[in-house]
Amino acid sequence: MENSALNIVVLVKYVPDAQFDRHLTGDAHTIDRSESILSELDEYALEAALALTDARGGAKAGNVVTALTLGPASAAAAVKKSLQIGATQGLHVTDDALAGSDASATSLALAAAIKTLGPVDLVITGMASTDGETSLIPAQLAARLGLAQLTFASELEVEGGTVTARRDGDDYSEEIEASLPALVSVTDQANEPRYPNFKGIIAAKKKKVTTVSLADLGLAASAVGAEGSLTTVSAAAERPARTAGTIITDSGDAGIQLVDFLAAQKLI
Amino acid sequence: MTAIVVYIDQLDAPGKLSTTVGQLLTLARGAGEPVAVVAGPASAALLAELGAYGVARVLHSEQAELGEYLVAPKADLVAQAAAAVSASAVLVDNSPAGKEIAARAGVALNAGVITDAVAVTYDGGTLVAHKSVLAGSYTVQARATSAVAVISVKAHSVEASLAAEAVIPAVEAVEVAFAPASLAARVTKRTPRAASGRPELEDARIIVAGGRGLDGDFTPVEELADVLGAAVGASRAATDAGWISHASQVGQTGKKVSPQLYISVGISGAIQQKAGMQTSKLIVAVNKDAESPIFEIADFGIVGDLFKILPQAVEEIKKRRA
Ligand SMILES: Cc1cc2nc3c(=O)[nH]c(=O)nc-3n(C[C@H](O)[C@H](O)[C@H](O)COP(=O)(O)OP(=O)(O)OC[C@H]3O[C@@H](n4cnc5c(N)ncnc54)[C@H](O)[C@@H]3O)c2cc1C
Repeated sequence: MENSALNIVVLVKYVPDAQFDRHLTGDAHTIDRSESILSELDEYALEAALALTDARGGAKAGNVVTALTLGPASAAAAVKKSLQIGATQGLHVTDDALAGSDASATSLALAAAIKTLGPVDLVITGMASTDGETSLIPAQLAARLGLAQLTFASELEVEGGTVTARRDGDDYSEEIEASLPALVSVTDQANEPRYPNFKGIIAAKKKKVTTVSLADLGLAASAVGAEGSLTTVSAAAERPARTAGTIITDSGDAGIQLVDFLAAQKLI
Repeated sequence: MTAIVVYIDQLDAPGKLSTTVGQLLTLARGAGEPVAVVAGPASAALLAELGAYGVARVLHSEQAELGEYLVAPKADLVAQAAAAVSASAVLVDNSPAGKEIAARAGVALNAGVITDAVAVTYDGGTLVAHKSVLAGSYTVQARATSAVAVISVKAHSVEASLAAEAVIPAVEAVEVAFAPASLAARVTKRTPRAASGRPELEDARIIVAGGRGLDGDFTPVEELADVLGAAVGASRAATDAGWISHASQVGQTGKKVSPQLYISVGISGAIQQKAGMQTSKLIVAVNKDAESPIFEIADFGIVGDLFKILPQAVEEIKKRRA
């Protein structure tokens, strides 16, 4: 049973593109999701999954990589992009009642969705979303699903039924080991994500995407959304955009002018 | 008064209280009765410090599992101790592990979790966490609607202060019942990282950060940092190239910092770099390309060659101090 086919779920989030100005809207101060894309940090999760399944003969050998997203109808674009990059199938959890879900409600719904996929070997996520940036979901999912948690992995290997990861912290670099099944989050140091190619884009059109509602997952509307969330944002204020200050061009004494600036600011 | 749990990790450096924990204890004392939950030994030195912060109650566990497995056992300790003292809030530091302890304790306690708090205030019985979101473009106030709030708090949320009167804490050893899955991810090897001897990025009042413009040699940045007593930061281009440790990376996937002064040197100012530093009080940029986006957010910008400008500034500072 050495290196048999893997069943992997990759979490892919549809997030506002950070290249544009991003905004909070409405009374609940939620994120405006127009101009959204597949979170770039999730591309590392997808690449990690595809590298593992490529090495085991890909879809032909029975490997499955499910791209799972939770979000409005438009979030299907994150699944589609993942299928173009190489995921084998998609799962989209969508329901009006999910709007305004915090990490707790989101991880609850994601855990229920993953359970519909049968026995999964690995759940792989990015190190954070690029919008909320809390890094709460991977740890909460591992806790809810009772999976080994190997998070912030900058290296990931699976050999037989064992997964190993390297986690680089400020004080230590750690080697972590667990038996499958497990949940792994990968950093942007873990790999170099591939781009979709023409063949992938064509192949994606034939791949299956399943859309499920809360009822399909056996969850009540009150368990998620603003009602099921355990946190609330009571106030939000846009910070004035930074503006350029004094710009000088060095004509031989810029180092001295720098020191003058620091002295004027009482920083030296 | 309601109990506020502060999580304290004593596995790595027993006997020493980190500066952030001092700040968390100060916050907890302002909002209720601070209870220290300690992973590792409750040494006499630690207890004396905790007593000075006004901590009357300490729960601790020295179970080996806390260090043998990744994060999850510590979250079990925090959740079970918080339940035992009927805590209304749990405060942890905002390190990656701190955030994950918060995440898992939140699930166990059915508690709302808020990360990245830069300040915590107290409003009619609830804790309000203040944080900046979307790369610093908004500041928001968030609170938990659950019976218990779990908040991970960044460094410098408050100035640490000792209690008016020191107390002698009561110490209770707790026996954590670890969930089976909490003992699933084993730490098989731990390699300490070399310390730079300079201030930590999150603690520093001044940061000098270098990018690809350094071309393999961080000496000019380090020399300026050292005369300023500053921490050294870097762009991902510089850490990826291996010129400096990945722990020095500032940005979306590195540290998020807000020092009094951030001096950006040979860094273009990509969106992912700005995400980690644009809430700094003052930004100075040195870059030879006048079109670099970093100049759009710099309070003081110098267009020129860093290899000339930095050494000149270092000499000038030394001269003025002589
Ligand atoms: C998922 C993801 C996450 C990322 N996370 C981060 C992150 O956390 N932090 C981060 O920094 N980046 C991050 N990046 C990378 C980011 O997009 C940029 O590639 C990176 O910040 C560029 O680094 P740089 O500014 O040092 O290099 P460059 O963009 O190459 O800029 C070098 C600058 O140095 C200047 N220069 C060269 N020589 C001199 C000289 N002699 N004197 C003065 N100036 C000189 C040049 O004019 C240029 O502006 C991330 C990217 C991705 C895709």
